[in-house]
Amino acid sequence: MSRKLETAGETGLQFFGKISASIFHEIKNVLSIINENAGLLEDLTLMADRGQPIDPARLKVMSATVKKQIDRADGIVKHMNRFADSIAESITTIELHQTIELVIALTARFAAMRGVRVDLKLPEGMASVPTAPFYLMNLLWLCLDFSMAASGDEKRVELVVEETETSVRIRFRGLADFTEASLETFPSDREKNLLAVLEADLTAEYDRKEIVLRLSKNIDNNS
Amino acid sequence: MSTKVLIVDDEKDFLDIMAERMGARGMDVSTATSAEVALEMVRTEPYDAVIMDFMMPEMDGFTALRLFKEARPEVPIILLTANVPEEKCIEAIKLGAMDIIEKPADLRLLTQKIEEAKNLKLKRPR
Repeated sequence: MSRKLETAGETGLQFFGKISASIFHEIKNVLSIINENAGLLEDLTLMADRGQPIDPARLKVMSATVKKQIDRADGIVKHMNRFADSIAESITTIELHQTIELVIALTARFAAMRGVRVDLKLPEGMASVPTAPFYLMNLLWLCLDFSMAASGDEKRVELVVEETETSVRIRFRGLADFTEASLETFPSDREKNLLAVLEADLTAEYDRKEIVLRLSKNIDNNS
Repeated sequence: MSTKVLIVDDEKDFLDIMAERMGARGMDVSTATSAEVALEMVRTEPYDAVIMDFMMPEMDGFTALRLFKEARPEVPIILLTANVPEEKCIEAIKLGAMDIIEKPADLRLLTQKIEEAKNLKLKRPR
């Protein structure tokens, strides 16, 4: 198990780096828009100094743009904060929908880059599972990454969460390009190690064009 | 004759303000929110420079750069980046990008680069 944990840790570092870089990119975009608004204010002030009045409606629009970007940055930072906090938790009981929503939000840029839409379908009640949140997020991302790559021309991946008495299943559906040949690369050792650490299992059903991740509601906290 | 510039970025708010600020500096500015749309514009309009975000949805920066260069090799392309590793920047320069400017960009620097781009284009055989 320790070797598996070590490998999962390496995979986790790569995941953390990837998400951090994406967050960094998003924040820079926000700063860029705020920076241009500040520049435009300077332009307008210079023009006012030369006698051209400033249109209050123009200022209102600029103020709304800056506020929108600040809200956006606040959302990004909150997501990053929750993501960073997940590392501190070894095993804890989580509300699965919150974790899946966080992974989808953190990786939204990767989906946008590929032009893929990701939809989430949740069960009626809250599905809680004991798990290692960071490793679970890493595994969810790897499954989502594979699913997006296999989504074909449809470019739509649906995550369906189903709860039973003993487990929670997450179906990644809409994998139009998922074939038997895909099984040569997925799940790889990265996914297998994370599955072992999380005591979870993964069924890759290329004939149904989906993968199913099953998380047990009872895991051994001491493993 | 005013400098004809195309700015390509998926951040609409950014595009709008840049267009306004550069327009106020006497440039003739067009905008596009995707590389695909920009590519069509570049094929039909004689721009002096293209300012393009390196990381946009659907078409990666390298593909966009190659296609732009194939369509209009004489048009200088200045890339804007929010977060691109150095090795990718070097590769982009090798592919023909004139320069790479990190976001948030200083408009004075960008304006200076656009003037350089225009002069470069004038010197190149078409």
